[in-house]
Amino acid sequence: MREGLVIAGLACALVLAVLISLVLGKYPVGIEDVCGFFLWKAFNASVNLSVDRQLLENILLNIRLPRIMAAVFVGASLSISGTAFQAMFINPLVSPGILGVLAGASFGAALGMVLSKSWFFVQASCFLFGFMAVAAAVGIARFYKGNSIILLILGGVISGALFTSLLSIVKYLADPYNQLPAIVYWLMGGLTLVDAGTIRSTAIPVVAGIGLVVSLSGYLNVLSMGDEEARAMGVPVERIRIILIVIATMLSAITVMLAGMVGWVGLIIPHISRMIVGPDNRVLIPVSALVGALYLVAVDDVSRLLFTTEIPLGIVTSLVGIPFFAVVLKRAGRGWS
Amino acid sequence: MALMEVRNVTFAYRDKPVLKDVSVEIGEGEVVTLLGPNGSGKSTLLKATIGLIRPGQGTVRLAGRDISSIPQKELARQIAYVPQFHRSAFPYRVFDVILMGRMPHKTFFFRYSQEDIDIARTVMERLSITHLAGRPYTEISGGERQLTLIARALAQGASIFVMDEPASGLDYGNQLKLLEHITALSGEGYTFIKSTHSPEHALWIAHRAVMIRKGTIIADGRCDDVVNSETLLQLYSTRVKVVRLNGSLRVCVPEMLKDNGAEEGTGRQPMFVRTGTSRR
Repeated sequence: MREGLVIAGLACALVLAVLISLVLGKYPVGIEDVCGFFLWKAFNASVNLSVDRQLLENILLNIRLPRIMAAVFVGASLSISGTAFQAMFINPLVSPGILGVLAGASFGAALGMVLSKSWFFVQASCFLFGFMAVAAAVGIARFYKGNSIILLILGGVISGALFTSLLSIVKYLADPYNQLPAIVYWLMGGLTLVDAGTIRSTAIPVVAGIGLVVSLSGYLNVLSMGDEEARAMGVPVERIRIILIVIATMLSAITVMLAGMVGWVGLIIPHISRMIVGPDNRVLIPVSALVGALYLVAVDDVSRLLFTTEIPLGIVTSLVGIPFFAVVLKRAGRGWS
Repeated sequence: MALMEVRNVTFAYRDKPVLKDVSVEIGEGEVVTLLGPNGSGKSTLLKATIGLIRPGQGTVRLAGRDISSIPQKELARQIAYVPQFHRSAFPYRVFDVILMGRMPHKTFFFRYSQEDIDIARTVMERLSITHLAGRPYTEISGGERQLTLIARALAQGASIFVMDEPASGLDYGNQLKLLEHITALSGEGYTFIKSTHSPEHALWIAHRAVMIRKGTIIADGRCDDVVNSETLLQLYSTRVKVVRLNGSLRVCVPEMLKDNGAEEGTGRQPMFVRTGTSRR
């Protein structure tokens, strides 16, 4: 009951945050114009708007909304992957990058930037190498005959290290006047390059992925009791784990595709959410998606409005995340021995 | 016909043999206790009976069916496992832990139904742990945790309970309470296969004791017949007397204590008192 209210409340807060973010920006648009515009768009309602409709359409639908939606997607995806991984790996200090997906996707994107000018190629390469890095991690674990938790994590460490060093090679070889700054700036994380087309094409996989994780969230409690216990309760541990890893990898790779490296979200949001609703993953998973989305929408507003030039999003999330995590660490360590 | 039949099971971790040609039969409603020193293969045998490990050779049959041919979920509806060590990184509520027992009754995409919730409530009442429902599982006592796991096993709907050293880590009072619960449940027809480090626990509540040493069964039979000085010496390399108290209850008395002068009338000062005074 209480959980239902929390979820409903957070969903309302998210809608509100999106509306407010639509108002915020260099060009002044009032909240009544934003609401009026969407009423007109959705229901063809006759409303009086103080700004030209064509201009509004351009500002709201082509510039601001894609970026806000990207913040929603990235925040929700990273948090939900982080929460699922923490339960699955029975470790509250795990983040979505534990299996190397972020390192792989970063390498892929950097490689794409060096090899091609096509943005689509960059995105495709980013996505592909994200999956390849995780496949390498799982492959290493399999090679040693198992997909036990510890082997997977070690596989992820190896794979992550490999792709991080490959990324260094790409940076070293990149043209230092154009490509290198582009790579470095992009790795700091930001939503400046998001366009409506990308949002449209990523919407279905992101929503489907989040929906799948939510519908499998009941397994996460049992998985976090350890493999043997889960198996003794009839749970096909390996299968569920691989399904969740594939979904989380897809979601994380998409976040890199949209926003580069946005650190700390997947680590701290699960903890904040756990403070709000407790550790039961059936509630925690949807809550963490909502809290993550809300957080990133807010942080992106800060990063684009606080100064005259934009601060890269990843820097803001880290600056907010690190002190917070230092405080939370005490709580996180409790019961983990 | 035996409810569960372990026949000629051999198992090795890598090259290290753990079970060598082990055969045990377990009847319905029996309480069977596995006794054996550390590393004797008790846990491995328990894991083999629930299909967590697949024996290199031999078979485990449940009501005549090879358990490797029984789907995992179906098996979980008949056998519940209460593990020895428990990883608990997250402070789930006791109630949520017990609800997990309903997993084998659910489809792939599932939500717990009202029926599941009612069942979880009923088993909690049965073990009188309803007051724990909202408490974090990581913060309750060892005895309460063991009861929570038994409640989960009951919620699972299983009739066979496989417990790996359920009494280890519990204080004396909670050990006895646990034994009481096991006795009560076995009276209702539940079958228990458990391991323990305390031969007395076998003597007190088990119908049968199975003694394992270095992966081989050295004795199997009614506790009164097999738990005695000779077998305990073989298992633990210490001399223990099994003494019958008034009636049928039997207890173990280590002979070492007797030699130290605990016996009356020898005129020797008991050793404990002596060391106690010298430290003063």
